[in-house]
Amino acid sequence: MANRTIEVEIKAKAGQAKEAFRAFGLSLTDLKSGLDLAMGAARTAQQALKAVYDTAREPMAISSAKEAVQLCLALAGSIGLWSGMAQIAQQSGLTALLASAIRPIIGPLFPELGPRSKSMPLIAASMAANLLGLGAAATPLGLAAMQQLAAESRSGAEPTDAMCTFIIITASSLTLVPTTIISLRAETGSADPAAVIGATILATSCSTAAAVAVDFILRKRGRRN
Amino acid sequence: MRYLASLPYYVVLSLLVGIPVYGAVRGVDVYGCFIAGASNGLRTILRIAPAMIAMFVAVGMFRGSGALDAAARALSPVARALGVHPDLMILAALRPISGSGALGYLAKLLEVHGPDSAPGLLASVIQGSADTSLYIIALYLGSVGITRTRHTVPVALLAGLAGFIASVLVCRFTRL
Repeated sequence: MANRTIEVEIKAKAGQAKEAFRAFGLSLTDLKSGLDLAMGAARTAQQALKAVYDTAREPMAISSAKEAVQLCLALAGSIGLWSGMAQIAQQSGLTALLASAIRPIIGPLFPELGPRSKSMPLIAASMAANLLGLGAAATPLGLAAMQQLAAESRSGAEPTDAMCTFIIITASSLTLVPTTIISLRAETGSADPAAVIGATILATSCSTAAAVAVDFILRKRGRRN
Repeated sequence: MRYLASLPYYVVLSLLVGIPVYGAVRGVDVYGCFIAGASNGLRTILRIAPAMIAMFVAVGMFRGSGALDAAARALSPVARALGVHPDLMILAALRPISGSGALGYLAKLLEVHGPDSAPGLLASVIQGSADTSLYIIALYLGSVGITRTRHTVPVALLAGLAGFIASVLVCRFTRL
């Protein structure tokens, strides 16, 4: 008899508990899904921690440094090839020919380079390569021009006026045909990939003109001091 | 107009054939010259590597820390005032510091907006309006062992800004 009363009591208590849950708008299934949710959150947190740990093993700084060396290695082949070609062009008088053709245009930009300067042919060749969209050839020619400029001036720790002008013109980009952009536009399904040529020439002329003008002013100020 | 994209291949081919032939005609020791130039070029690589590492790490941390995105977000009122899609501000900010980053971002923009849409066309022009100026400064000065930059960095960044403004104006007035 006693067992039966206990049983009834337990049932009553369970009923009360259920009602209590219901009062809070909860049921046992809610409790279960709540637990699942908590477990899921714990698992996500664990994954996030693992991701943080993985990135900490190879931080951005180190992957960037690796990228820089990979780029240098990727550049080595084309720099080697085009430096060799530039040497032949220089020895055979091809770059001098090019320089005398371009000198009337770029000569005034480099007033301190005399007519005998060996830098001018290299500067001209580098600019010509950039204009034709040959970045791979323009870089070694530009670096050769920098070395020639350095040899002619013994500038020490500071770049000379001519170096600054040359770098600024190169950095503001000289392009007649933006080939990489045209092929990217063709790849993404453009109806007219080359439609941007005219606008690009106009825009890059503005950036180069602004660069040359500001460089001209800053050079003068630097000389006065 | 598609043939224009293949123009450099023909130019490269004629240079690779034309230069040695011209040299040989002028009586130059073509092979000896090539080897001398190429070995000088490879020494240049060793000289530029330290500058490249320093700059790539600085740019990588700038991008990775979200500072670039924050700067672009701060500029979005400017973009709205100019009537330019805010995504293009990120491209403009990325342009002088990372060549591959800007090209990758341009590819994404062309895919998202379409290459012939107004933002797609403007993005193409912005990409072509300037070069990766900080990389070029580090590369060129690093190759001759010069560590001072004088006025090159501010002038190059100013040129980039001028190129961006010019791109916006040119695209607006040509209704590209």
